[in-house]
Amino acid sequence: MSETTPLRLEVRHVSKRYPGVVANDDVSLLVAPGEIHAVLGENGAGKSTLMKIIYGAVKPDTGEVLFNGKPTHIRNPQEARALGISMVFQHFSLFETVTVAENIWLGLDKSFTLDAVRQRAAQKAKEYGLDVEVDRPVHSLSVGERQRVEIVRALLTDPKVLILDEPTSVLTPQAVRVLFVTLRKLAATGCSILYISHKLDEIRELCTNCTVLRGGKVTGHVDPRNESNASLSRMMIGAEPPKLQHREVNTGAVGMTVHGLSIQAEDPFGVTLDNIAFEVRAGEIVGIAGVSGNGQQELLAALSGESIRAPSGSIKLFGNDISKRNPRTRRAGGLHFVPEERLGRGAVPTLALAANTLLSRASDLVGKGPIGWVSPRLTANLASEIIKDFNVKAGGPDAAAKSLSGGNLQKFIVGREIGAKPKVLIVAQPTWGVDVGAAAQIRSALLKLRDEGCALLVVSEELDELFEICDRMHVIAKGRLSPSVKTSEATVEKIGEWMSGLWEVEHAV
Amino acid sequence: MEQYALLIAATLNAGTVLAIAALGLLINERSGIVNLGAEGMMLCAAIAGFATVVHTGNDWVGFGAGMLAGGVLAAMFGYLVIWLNTNQFATGLALTLFGAGFSAFAGVKYVQEKLPERSSFSVPGLGDIPLLGTALFKQHPMVYFAMALTAFIIWFLFKTRSGLVLRSIGESPEAAHSLGYPVRRIRLAAVVVGGMLCGLAGAYLSIIYTPLGVEGMVSGKGWIALALTTFATWRPLRVLFGAYLFGGVTMLQFHLQGQGVEIPSQFLSMTPYIATIVVLALISRNPALIRINMPASIGKPFYPGS
Repeated sequence: MSETTPLRLEVRHVSKRYPGVVANDDVSLLVAPGEIHAVLGENGAGKSTLMKIIYGAVKPDTGEVLFNGKPTHIRNPQEARALGISMVFQHFSLFETVTVAENIWLGLDKSFTLDAVRQRAAQKAKEYGLDVEVDRPVHSLSVGERQRVEIVRALLTDPKVLILDEPTSVLTPQAVRVLFVTLRKLAATGCSILYISHKLDEIRELCTNCTVLRGGKVTGHVDPRNESNASLSRMMIGAEPPKLQHREVNTGAVGMTVHGLSIQAEDPFGVTLDNIAFEVRAGEIVGIAGVSGNGQQELLAALSGESIRAPSGSIKLFGNDISKRNPRTRRAGGLHFVPEERLGRGAVPTLALAANTLLSRASDLVGKGPIGWVSPRLTANLASEIIKDFNVKAGGPDAAAKSLSGGNLQKFIVGREIGAKPKVLIVAQPTWGVDVGAAAQIRSALLKLRDEGCALLVVSEELDELFEICDRMHVIAKGRLSPSVKTSEATVEKIGEWMSGLWEVEHAV
Repeated sequence: MEQYALLIAATLNAGTVLAIAALGLLINERSGIVNLGAEGMMLCAAIAGFATVVHTGNDWVGFGAGMLAGGVLAAMFGYLVIWLNTNQFATGLALTLFGAGFSAFAGVKYVQEKLPERSSFSVPGLGDIPLLGTALFKQHPMVYFAMALTAFIIWFLFKTRSGLVLRSIGESPEAAHSLGYPVRRIRLAAVVVGGMLCGLAGAYLSIIYTPLGVEGMVSGKGWIALALTTFATWRPLRVLFGAYLFGGVTMLQFHLQGQGVEIPSQFLSMTPYIATIVVLALISRNPALIRINMPASIGKPFYPGS
């Protein structure tokens, strides 16, 4: 860093407290022009708060932000944008019912006409090699395409600082390559990039500087190119990630068979399932990879029994047709389910953990007979047991589900389903938004269950996770399911290609 | 033939009240606010317009008074639901109850009062065409206003930036807020415009359509207007069509009642309500169109910056 040019962005000793938690504690950050700077940390480490402070959405309690060497008070996102600070959010802020060009128009100055915006957007997209069709309505776009729209929108404001919040969580490995090319091109024009992530490989490949946060404090300021995953991980979580025990697979009887599962989408923004077929045997974990929005929701609804539109005979549990059965009947047959949405599907947010055990364990807890008394003692005991066995950090069986952090609630839900001794367990996004420690614990619990002879199906967007725990993998793309491949024979490149729906090519040969 | 021409003329006239009110509600619902107080606003506006015409003798001042009454009530409603985040449905119902009571109270001395006969309107040159003139061109200017308003709203919503902003706010006030749009103020403006148009519809009803002081003279038209916007999937042209359909069936059943058909009149009086809802529900049942046109945030509270 030369002494003569001022830093593009400097954050000095910023602190922000929320009731009960210090989100940022004396955080400082230096970003030079044209630098790609990683902000690394777990969920809850304070990355989002820090970015919101820079973007003007949150006011720090103490500390200051300097922009181009001058102290700057950014009071709201509009002021940030006027200065040239743009942000691409993890959860996109696009309007679904209008076209790409109209979305971009809404984020720009009034002085443009829609036609001018269409032309400029198309031109900018071409310049950076981003494939964007400006006249398509946003609801018809995939998540990757939506992200490109957000990036084009940010680029059109000529940003000096571009903040990207977990940009690769929705992309295939190939699309990540394309994104990196774009970002390097942008950095070469002098734009500084703040790259928020928890993916160590990506940071080491792309970024030239890295600030690590843990529990709201800066625990390291390094050049990631000189670091290893292990050393970055130590700074991020204080330890190296625990290694999993992965024993040789020993499969038994077929637990679940899906054959000829086609369901027309009801919802215009939904995905039509097209002739899906797979089987899961006792004692193995089968993974389904794929970018979200490719039919996972529809498939999970059909498997769990939330939707009973699957054709007769298409879903079998130990040879019995369950395609038209409700979730309760399926559970009685040994099929349990950990949904993606923890609050709302996996648990009732406002109810105590004890009451939440009733959601899927009612048959063990509710008295027989027409009235079906609930025993508060039994539910509380069961909840306490799960809390103890799975190391759940909670106030006790009376704590409301929503008072738990994402990781702890997920441990509780996984524990509840595992405790039911399932014969087949379907898990959606087992560790989404879960910190590294809890994720490792959940994964090892799933592996243990496998070794005990349960058939497991894991649907996840995290490729690393699938490679870590699965014995075989399928990929879902545009409502179709690829053939399965043994994890030991799969590569990230191949799975990535399949994620774009390109598996016939090699099978035709 | 002449009687069909008259039937068409009566249909357009009867549909106009509903069309203006429903188009107003469409504007505020496109911003994400549903105002169940439509009936109450129309009642107050009807009596405000009627009383104004009784005292001034000028219809246009009466329309203005109706719009003012609707606008003021809508502004109160808007302040409550947009800034204080009171429940939209409960607040709207309260407004309807208030409007019914207040209009009855304020209108006591106008009950049974009749406005003088209006001179008939005719579009110069076109009104004298046989049949066609009678059917289409001898209407009160407000009938043509409703048609022009429909065209204007289509242009505004789908061809202008302001319309795009309004629709975007209705879909996601959070995203619009993060882009820096003054969501609350825009929603209030939409609610007030909706109230003013409901007011205009109420005043037209009491001054032109049934120029006679009666308690509760709106008789459910506010509710039908609310239903129209929903069943027409928030699309202006369908709203206008639904309003004319309602007007047409209303007139047809009057006609049948007059002819002494062997159907109890209570059943005939139901037909416009049933026919309109059934027809609109059938033509608008496409889920894709509903998803695209329905303001996704409708009825939900919005807290900026949370």
